[in-house]
Amino acid sequence: MPEINMFRRVKLFIIYIVIIFCIFLGLPQLLSSYFLHVLILILYFSFLGSAWNILGGYAGQFSFGHSAFFGVGAYTSSLLYIKIGISPWIGMFIGGILAAILGGFIGYLTFRYKLRGAFFALSTFAFSEMLRIIALNWEFTGKAVGILIPLIQGGSLQHFQFLNKITYYYTILFMLLTIWLVQYSFDHFKFGYYLKAIREEEEAAGSLGINILKYKTIALIISGFFTALGGTFYAQYMFYIDPDITFGTNVTIEMIVRTMLGGAGTVFGPLIGSTIIELASEVMRSLLGEYKGLHMMFYAIILILVMIFFPNGMMGLLRGKKKEEQKGI
Amino acid sequence: MDLGMLLEAIAYGLLSGGVYALIGVGLNLIFGVMKIINFAHGSFLMLGMYCTYWLSIFFNIDPYVSLIITIPFLFFIGIIIQKFLINPIIGYPEDNQLVLTMGVMLFLENIALFLWGPDFRTVKVSYAGTVFPLFNIRLNALRLIAFVGGLFLALILYIFLKKTDIGKAIRASSEEREGAYAVGINVKKIQLISFGIGTACAGAAGTLITPFFYISPTVGHLFLLTAFMVVVLGGMGSFFGAIFGGFIIGVMESLGAVIFPGSIGQIVPFSLFVIILLFKPKGLFMR
Repeated sequence: MPEINMFRRVKLFIIYIVIIFCIFLGLPQLLSSYFLHVLILILYFSFLGSAWNILGGYAGQFSFGHSAFFGVGAYTSSLLYIKIGISPWIGMFIGGILAAILGGFIGYLTFRYKLRGAFFALSTFAFSEMLRIIALNWEFTGKAVGILIPLIQGGSLQHFQFLNKITYYYTILFMLLTIWLVQYSFDHFKFGYYLKAIREEEEAAGSLGINILKYKTIALIISGFFTALGGTFYAQYMFYIDPDITFGTNVTIEMIVRTMLGGAGTVFGPLIGSTIIELASEVMRSLLGEYKGLHMMFYAIILILVMIFFPNGMMGLLRGKKKEEQKGI
Repeated sequence: MDLGMLLEAIAYGLLSGGVYALIGVGLNLIFGVMKIINFAHGSFLMLGMYCTYWLSIFFNIDPYVSLIITIPFLFFIGIIIQKFLINPIIGYPEDNQLVLTMGVMLFLENIALFLWGPDFRTVKVSYAGTVFPLFNIRLNALRLIAFVGGLFLALILYIFLKKTDIGKAIRASSEEREGAYAVGINVKKIQLISFGIGTACAGAAGTLITPFFYISPTVGHLFLLTAFMVVVLGGMGSFFGAIFGGFIIGVMESLGAVIFPGSIGQIVPFSLFVIILLFKPKGLFMR
């Protein structure tokens, strides 16, 4: 590809990000508190989806246990806060680092033994279940009761507690921007090309001298780190965590579904997937009332249809890509 | 803890193993023929449980008798899902297949939640308290029936696979899909039947555990990882592997529950699972 073309693409991309960021920056001024909540959820799930996307989309390693990192993040910051009063802002990064270490451990173990596809998915699933059971049985983590974050009168910036939703909104927007820039750098630096090469054809990438074990593990570390930050945000936004909410399969499913719906391995895929699902379920809710399970059914139907008709997600549709070649019979 | 408790734990572990074996055999059949990992398997089990529940509520049908309805019903559901949802994505990237079966799982769970609510339900039978003494262990009749029923159905499936033409075609498609095509087997039809049978196995297992287990829309989650563990332990695609895998997981679970406090014992089978995945990903009994 000619150098100049590449440069233009980079510039275009930055322009996209800046435009989208500005739109999101201005949006809260126009919205009521209810819509702001919906918007926060959209950004929050885009953030989580993007974190999963780093491993699942860019490196092509399908994890079914990302709730492990989410839970580690949520529990670390919450425990540090309620036990020794460390600010969740600091706890967030300690949780991120612990999750990164966990990611390094799981990654080194599973990738060293060359677990791939479904086998990798199942082993990550087993790790997240183990952590769920530990959290469920450990006195220190509050067992099944979970942890209630004590509220501070009037909110407090230092304690990551705000009365107005706008501050949460800007926090998650900033987090999302950070992860976008990280993914953006994947598209333009060697590391990202290595990941793509590994995703497309692992043996070939290996024979070209790419250290597969190293790069896949690094992808898992980065992915785990960001997922944990999302966990802390959840804990500070909802003020309550328990083993099933944080380590359960639902968080993982949300991350995967939104990313795959929008388009795995693309920067804006998780945002698109998350927006579609959040808006669709809000519309369903207002049209059909609060029936338990109804909007999730709808959500499952969208997911199934997209998987069948647009295997590359909505981003694939936007780019007008053909379906992946159909192998086999 | 004394020896008696351990023996009892092992006995009950084996009893659970019989049911796990049936669940695993079904999942394995689907994996063998379709080469997809079915995340909706636990939801099929849940459907079998609800089916049994409603039959017993409305028509007062004994849970075990309801098998003659749940098996064909789940078989039918399996065929529908295979025909309209799984079939279009065979040959797609593995991730898409995983997410599609996840979508099916979400759909089934939430339709159950929508129709029947989140409450935990149970089916009571008059003979629930019966026990059979075996040496000095007292075995609960319901658990024993589930064990015998699970193994019996797995045996019928085995004979079906070995002796009938359709069974042989299923095994052929499972071993070598292209080859099966080449000798004129209608692989599409075989895939339909296999998915139906796999689904029916999960449903039947659901029915068998209904008299002593609670029913809820998300009950399938509890059995999903167990089913995967059973299959991976025994080796993907191996029939007897799944049976032994069922017993091993059942015993590990039940020993873990006796030896460790609370539910921490569940970590035992999970750790075993990870170790097997790392060192013998093709299963314990495969070379």
